[in-house]
Amino acid sequence: MLIPNKDKTLRREETILTELHDLYGRYGYVRYKMSKFEEYELYVQNKDFLSASGIITFTDTNGRLMALKPDVTLSIIRNLTKKNGVQKVYYNENVYRISKSSGRFREIMQTGLECVGEIGAYEICETLLLAVRSLEAADRDYHLDLAHMGILSALMKPLALSEKSRSAMITCIRRKNAEGIAQLCEEEKADRAAAEALSEVIGLYGSPAAVLPKLKRICAAVGVEEALAELMAVAGFLGDCGYGDRISLDFSVVNDMNYYNGIVFRGYVAGISEGVLTGGSYDLLMRKMGRACGGIGFAICLDSLSQLDSTLKPFDYNCLLVYGGASPVEVTKAMESLQREGGSVLAARERPEDVRAGRVLVLKNDGTLKEES
Amino acid sequence: MVNIALPKGRLGEKVYQMFADAGYECPAVLSNSRKLIFENPEKGVRYFWVKPSDVAIYVERGAADLGAAGKDIIEEYDPDIYELLDLGVGKCRMAVAAKKGFREDPERILRVATKFRSIALDHYAARSRDIDIIELNGSIELAPILGLSDVIVDIVETGTTLLENDLAPIETIFPISARLISNKSSFKFKNAEIEGIRTALRDLVNERRLNP
Repeated sequence: MLIPNKDKTLRREETILTELHDLYGRYGYVRYKMSKFEEYELYVQNKDFLSASGIITFTDTNGRLMALKPDVTLSIIRNLTKKNGVQKVYYNENVYRISKSSGRFREIMQTGLECVGEIGAYEICETLLLAVRSLEAADRDYHLDLAHMGILSALMKPLALSEKSRSAMITCIRRKNAEGIAQLCEEEKADRAAAEALSEVIGLYGSPAAVLPKLKRICAAVGVEEALAELMAVAGFLGDCGYGDRISLDFSVVNDMNYYNGIVFRGYVAGISEGVLTGGSYDLLMRKMGRACGGIGFAICLDSLSQLDSTLKPFDYNCLLVYGGASPVEVTKAMESLQREGGSVLAARERPEDVRAGRVLVLKNDGTLKEES
Repeated sequence: MVNIALPKGRLGEKVYQMFADAGYECPAVLSNSRKLIFENPEKGVRYFWVKPSDVAIYVERGAADLGAAGKDIIEEYDPDIYELLDLGVGKCRMAVAAKKGFREDPERILRVATKFRSIALDHYAARSRDIDIIELNGSIELAPILGLSDVIVDIVETGTTLLENDLAPIETIFPISARLISNKSSFKFKNAEIEGIRTALRDLVNERRLNP
C-alpha cells in the first residue's frame, strides 16, 4: 500500500521509509522499538563491532553509565531472547556517531532489519531479496555488491600478518589497492602465492558469471569451496528473481572479521556518493554474545537518501490566504474550502514577504475571496 | 561522462598528460583560460582543476568520479574511495626531519610541526611516543630552525630545501606517488568507462616502467 503523496507534503525519504516498512511487514518482520539509551557496557565489550569510535555517555539516576545508541544491531541481538525458530524484526531509529568530516557528534536515521535464530538458505536469500527491494524503493539506478567473509578470511590466513599489518591490509582491501597489498605482503615476507591470490580476488569486480571462473580456481586452492557455493547460491537466487544485472561480486566489501563470517553486502544508489545499505551475516557476533544461533541483517542510511530530493519545490505553499480583519470563524471556513482543493494553505493577516505561493487569495470583509497575483 | 579532478600544479599537468597519452585528451585543459571545467564529449571525459588537497574530497563525495591524488593526501584524510592505480609520478616521501645532528631525548615530549596532523599522530602513536603536535600551514622547515619544534613531518622530494636550511631527514614514514582514485558509487554505475580509463593508464604506466 502506498501512502498518497499527491501534494508532496512528504519528502522523498519519508515516502521511501513507509514503503520499506510496508515491505518488511509483508515478509513477517515486526517493528522493534527501542529506548534511546543502552548500558555503556554493551558497547565496550563489542567496541570493534562499531565502525566508528566515540559514544555519547551519561550517568543514569542510579549511577550506571549509559550511552546514546551508536548502533542498533547490538541492542536487538541482546534483547531478542526466543530460543527456537527465527525472529524477524525491523527498526527505524536514530543513532549517534561522530561524523568523520566534522569530528562532531551527528544524529543519523537508520532503518533496517535483523533476522536472528536458525538461519538457513531461505533466510539468507530472503534477507538479500529484501535488501535489493529496499534499494529498488529509491526509484533510481541501484546496485548491490556481494562478498563472503569466509573467502576473505581464508585468503588472509596464510599471510600470517601481524596485528598492525592486518588493519593496514583491511584498509588496502577496502580501497582495492592492489599495489598496497603487494607492498604490505613484501614487508611482512608473506607467502608470495597467497599474496597474489588475495590481490587477484580483490581486483575482481563484475557479474557472478564473469567473475566465477577465476574465483573458483582460487577458492579451490585455499579450500573454501563451501563458502563460494553459498555465495554463488545467493547470487543465483537473486538472478532467478530477475536482479541478475543489479548484482556484482566485489571482495572489497569488508565487515569486521571478528563478527561477520558469511555473506556480506553493500548497496549503492545512483546519485549518492557513498554506500547506502550495508549488511551481512554475523554468526560470530551471536556466539560472542553467548547465543548458539545465527543472525543476518542490514541497515540503510536514510539521511543519504535525502540527497536524491534535490529539486526545489516551485512554491512553499499551494495557497496563501490573506485574511486581514476577518473573524476566526470566517477564516476557518475559507481555509477549509481552500484545503478541499488540495495542498497546503497558509493563513496570514498580511501578505508576508518572501513567501512563494501558487495562489494568493485575499479574504474580503463580505466573506468573498479575491485572487491576487 | 566521467568527471575527473586534477590537482592544480605541475603534478596535475603531468597526470593530465598521462590521461591524454592514454587516449583521453582534451587539449583545452592546458590552455590558460579562466574556464573551470573542460570537456571532451567524444572521449566522454570532463576535467577540472582543484587544489591538490581537495581532490580526495571531490572524489569521496562523488563530485568527481575519478581523480589523481598524492598518497600523502589519501593517508591524511583517509577518504572512503578506491585506490585503483599507482600512476608512478610525483614520487617523493613522507619523512621526519630535524636540524642536522639532532638527537631525540626520549625523556621529553617530542614537539612535532606538520601540515599532516593524522599522519604524524598515527606515526608516533604506533610507537607510543608522546608528542606535542604543532599544526602549520606552510614553511614547515622554519619550525625546528626557530626552535618552535624538535622535528617536522613533511614531504621530502630531493631534500635540497632541507639541506639548504641545515636540516636533514631522519626517518621515512612512507613513500609517496600520485594515485588514480575513484568514487565507490561511480565505480558501480560507470564501471565500463572507469575500467577503460584505468586499463589504458595501467598499460601506459607499465610501458614507462619498462622503457623509462
